[in-house]
Amino acid sequence: MFLNSIFADPERVSRLIEIAKNSLQPLLEGAIVYTIPLTLISFICGIILAVLTALARISAIKPLQMIARIYVSAIRGTPLLVQLFIIFYGLPTVGIVIDPFPSAVIGFSLNVGAYASEIIRAAILSIPKGQWEAGYSIGMSYPQTLKRVILPQASRVSLPPLSNTFISLVKDTSLAAMILVTEMFRRAQEIAATNYEFLLLYLEVALIYWIICFLLSIVQGRLEKRLDRFVS
Amino acid sequence: MISIKGLHKQFDQLEVLKGIDLEVEKGKVVVVIGPSGSGKTTMLRCLNILETPTSGVIHIEDQSLDFNKPISKREIPPFRRLTGMVFQSYNLFPHMTALENVMEGPVTVKKNNKEEVRKKAVQLLTKVGLGDKLDYYPFQLSGGQQQRVGIARALAMEPKVMLFDEPTSALDPELVGEVLKVMKDLANEGMTMVVVTHEMRFAKEAADEVLFMDGGVIIERGKPEAIFSSPKEERTKQFLSLIQ
Repeated sequence: MFLNSIFADPERVSRLIEIAKNSLQPLLEGAIVYTIPLTLISFICGIILAVLTALARISAIKPLQMIARIYVSAIRGTPLLVQLFIIFYGLPTVGIVIDPFPSAVIGFSLNVGAYASEIIRAAILSIPKGQWEAGYSIGMSYPQTLKRVILPQASRVSLPPLSNTFISLVKDTSLAAMILVTEMFRRAQEIAATNYEFLLLYLEVALIYWIICFLLSIVQGRLEKRLDRFVS
Repeated sequence: MISIKGLHKQFDQLEVLKGIDLEVEKGKVVVVIGPSGSGKTTMLRCLNILETPTSGVIHIEDQSLDFNKPISKREIPPFRRLTGMVFQSYNLFPHMTALENVMEGPVTVKKNNKEEVRKKAVQLLTKVGLGDKLDYYPFQLSGGQQQRVGIARALAMEPKVMLFDEPTSALDPELVGEVLKVMKDLANEGMTMVVVTHEMRFAKEAADEVLFMDGGVIIERGKPEAIFSSPKEERTKQFLSLIQ
């Protein structure tokens, strides 16, 4: 039906091509100015948070363990969109007003921190105990052993699941549209609202997400190869 | 050099070391033998504080740790540096080359100059017969080669005592000799060594003293020829008859 109606009308075809062309620039701009920086900043902050949370979980200090557990449980147990709404629409009620972009960074970082902490915790625990002992036996302290011996090996183990988290994050940033960040998806909504070509614009934006994620998976493959150089 | 007094180690309900007293003089090689579960590895690991003793006092050189009272975490790393540990499963750092493994301690812990450390590490690896394998990763080396890197890594920290925890038990039989040779050379140079091993030939050829442990205590100790040819204790006789 839909295809019929398109191809029956050459004028409409050329109009669609025109809209697709014209919308490409604002969409890419949204990606470059918001989607990609939002993803990168949130991921870096999230990974730092995740390493700290993982270390807290495996530490011998009970209160630290407890805080880490509650944090992970709360973030994993509530929808990301609800978390973003709490930060952006909820906090101003108690006088904490944060701009859309930083709100999104906070929300996504907290989210990545919780999910990635479990990946990193598992990766650290997967390194044989003998590696810790070897570090200690040559006089290294806990932080030295962690930094020089354990984390480099754990990073190799955690690369594939962390890449998953990263790719999910690229797509999740579209939720920032709901808290007024004019990232790629919000741009698509705004353009579609003026010309009513919803299918075209949402397909176009989907395609751009797909291309970004595809490129990322290529990068992942290269990184894996590099980190695998010391394993047979 | 080493003096252990009243060393006890308990894992939950299980008492693994039931009061060990031991003196080792400088430059001596002590070989510890005994059935599995006798506590010999635990004793060795206590010397390096990889296991924290439940009670007892350990002196090494001019430092001592008294486990009858609480030990602060800060006391452990300097004490550990007195000993070098060689593990049964080598425990090399798999993401570092042989050279980097040996350099890691002096660079990261002692913060020594990297160029000097490199020179010394090359010397050490050459000494253990791996001068041509500097840039190999552990997975590219045989078990015997990995263990020799392990020995060089421990030596790089210039320990006063070398501890060997069944260093040849994980090796194919034809690779045992090359590791034992490195250990004998070390002994001849006057290194103080405590060696847990099942290699009776090494015990006979290189040990100044042999300790037989069973059930968490030292049953018998003496010159290797005395222990192997005329053991006094019944349990020592039984054990030796089983392995010889």
